[in-house]
Amino acid sequence: MLRARGVTRKFGGLIAVNSVDFEIPRGSISAIIGPNGAGKTTFFNVIAGIYAPTAGTIELDGKPLISPPTGAGREPILLILPTIPFIALAIYSLLVVGGDTGLVEGVASVAAALLGFVGALLLNIIRPAWYNRLIKRIGVTRPARPNDMVVAGLARTFQNIRLYKSLTTLENILVGMHVHMHGSFLGALFKSRLVREEEAAAEQRARELLAFVDLAGMENELAKNLPYGKQRLLEIARAIASRPKLLLLDEPAAGMNPRETEEMTALIRRIRDELGITILLIEHDMRVVMGISDHITVLDHGEKIAEGLPKAIRTNPKVIEAYLGRGAAAGH
Amino acid sequence: MSRISTALSAPFAPVRAYFRKHRSFGIFVGVALLSIALPLLTRVPPFDGIQSTNAWVNAFTTAAIYAMLAMGLNVVIGFAGLLDLGYAAFFALGGYTYAFVASPFTGVHLPFWPMLLAGGVVGAIFGVLLGAPTLRLRGDYLAIVTLGFGEIVPITLMNADKFTDGVNGIGGIDKPSIPGILQFTLTNPWPMYGLVIALFALIMIMIYRLQDSRIGRTWDAIREDELAAESSGVNVVIAKLQAFAVGASIAGIVGVVNAAKITIVTPDQFRFAVSISVLAAVVLGGMGNTIGVATGAFVIYLFQSILLKQLNTLVENFNIPVLNQIDFLDFQYVLYGIVLVLMMLKRPQGIFPARRRMREFAPLKIGKRGLK
Repeated sequence: MLRARGVTRKFGGLIAVNSVDFEIPRGSISAIIGPNGAGKTTFFNVIAGIYAPTAGTIELDGKPLISPPTGAGREPILLILPTIPFIALAIYSLLVVGGDTGLVEGVASVAAALLGFVGALLLNIIRPAWYNRLIKRIGVTRPARPNDMVVAGLARTFQNIRLYKSLTTLENILVGMHVHMHGSFLGALFKSRLVREEEAAAEQRARELLAFVDLAGMENELAKNLPYGKQRLLEIARAIASRPKLLLLDEPAAGMNPRETEEMTALIRRIRDELGITILLIEHDMRVVMGISDHITVLDHGEKIAEGLPKAIRTNPKVIEAYLGRGAAAGH
Repeated sequence: MSRISTALSAPFAPVRAYFRKHRSFGIFVGVALLSIALPLLTRVPPFDGIQSTNAWVNAFTTAAIYAMLAMGLNVVIGFAGLLDLGYAAFFALGGYTYAFVASPFTGVHLPFWPMLLAGGVVGAIFGVLLGAPTLRLRGDYLAIVTLGFGEIVPITLMNADKFTDGVNGIGGIDKPSIPGILQFTLTNPWPMYGLVIALFALIMIMIYRLQDSRIGRTWDAIREDELAAESSGVNVVIAKLQAFAVGASIAGIVGVVNAAKITIVTPDQFRFAVSISVLAAVVLGGMGNTIGVATGAFVIYLFQSILLKQLNTLVENFNIPVLNQIDFLDFQYVLYGIVLVLMMLKRPQGIFPARRRMREFAPLKIGKRGLK
């Protein structure tokens, strides 16, 4: 379903991720593991659209999703292009027509050129979809943004929980549903029927999602007042709210006690089985990884050193060496 | 104490429940009642001794204009968390827009009512123009850029002598009228009072509706955590520009009304002090709480324009030579400063802190189709 080809990400001279090929089958629970500094989170952030890859591509369902940005040098042309006719007109009026009429026409043309420039700049900043398609024609690809990834069907959680702290749990989920709501600005002002129905349906679904992660009855609690474990659950519920095809979990069991970890594992399974969402997770806790993953990829120093079933990974000498050092691997 | 207050409020519970469900109607009724009660109040002592009812009504009108500005700025600062120190610029642009199309200066006399909308559109356009280049800025940096914008606009208006008559400003601006029925005049404050109150209620209803919509939630999200908002699928660029545009268009509309009310616009009316007093009202009222900031602005304006003046007369009666020489109006900003510092120490969330709207619990019914 998700396929990465030769994904590389450099930070200056440091190669955080080096030419990683990677594939997630639909409906699976996959894990990326590796020692500290192996490039797991960087790879994760490339998939989530936070970092653009230096090289390599990522496809979702066979469609290209992420590729390195190209043609950035050509973009200024687009800013200047709409001003050229007006500048020509200004030169013509000032030099050829001349006199008072020429001056007025010239000033007007310069003003028009300025307006054209401002318009192009606004398009450049706002980036509507048609503008992106247009610039693709002349060979400019912009780096993907995280919100584009959500629209494409990816959702994520963060290693250090990032909730909307002073919103209620219900509102946190409602924000997560944002991409699937279509109420317009005017619709909101006049409370059109579409908006009212959409809001009611969204609220109903948000309550269902809260019940799904076992947070029923806490709809009006502020997110910051929830205990740590429940905040994690809420963050996962918020991610599911965007109806992703693929859910990216960054260390979902970090800082949890054994019982909570067990509950988390069960929840991850239920997300896959009941909601049909494919899952990719980064995790340090080996019990979690070995317990639920169908497929494990091991990164070390930015490179993929092993992949396969949990059983095979557990006995893979390269993996043991990466985690415990050469001596341990030899002794095994 | 709490038991007493619960007992006292018990009979109103059904009323409150009704208005929670029909909030727009509730705002309408509340504003209407207040707008009738306030002029009545000026007929009784001690208020009747201060100034005539007409003067009071005029002051209420200006106070409501400030309150609308505060509500607009609250969208940018309180909802989206973007610190905007140049808000008066949009107020100025709205005012000058109306002045250009309805005064002897240009000789054009367009009717007032469509110009209300035009003021909003001009405000929104400039809001986007200011917002677009500053999208990546946060906190202090954004404040500095908006501060600059707030200074550029009045200075440009002052220096573009040929088009704006410089420091003199544009005078003789047309008063609104409803043809054949009502002509607004400078001597009769009541029609303008009615117009401003109606607009006030309308803007408040619109802001509340926006806040509760999916657009309002994106503002909440980017204020709380921009990266998380992006990862929830919120287009941060659009959300910020929307906040700027909404805030600026409210200032534009209010600018048109203000220009029509006082019939003259000069660059001096829109200096930094205006931005700051509106900001102070937002902070005092309680950032993010629309009714709170509106009340805050309303009270602050009345306080500074009437109470401080009264203080002068009051002190003169005591006949203490040292105090007689003090003009308390000059100490307006000192008082602002003291009040703001006290607020930050004792009640940093404002007099009326924003509270999340609690949703009534509806019994959970899992639909046939389940979660998908």
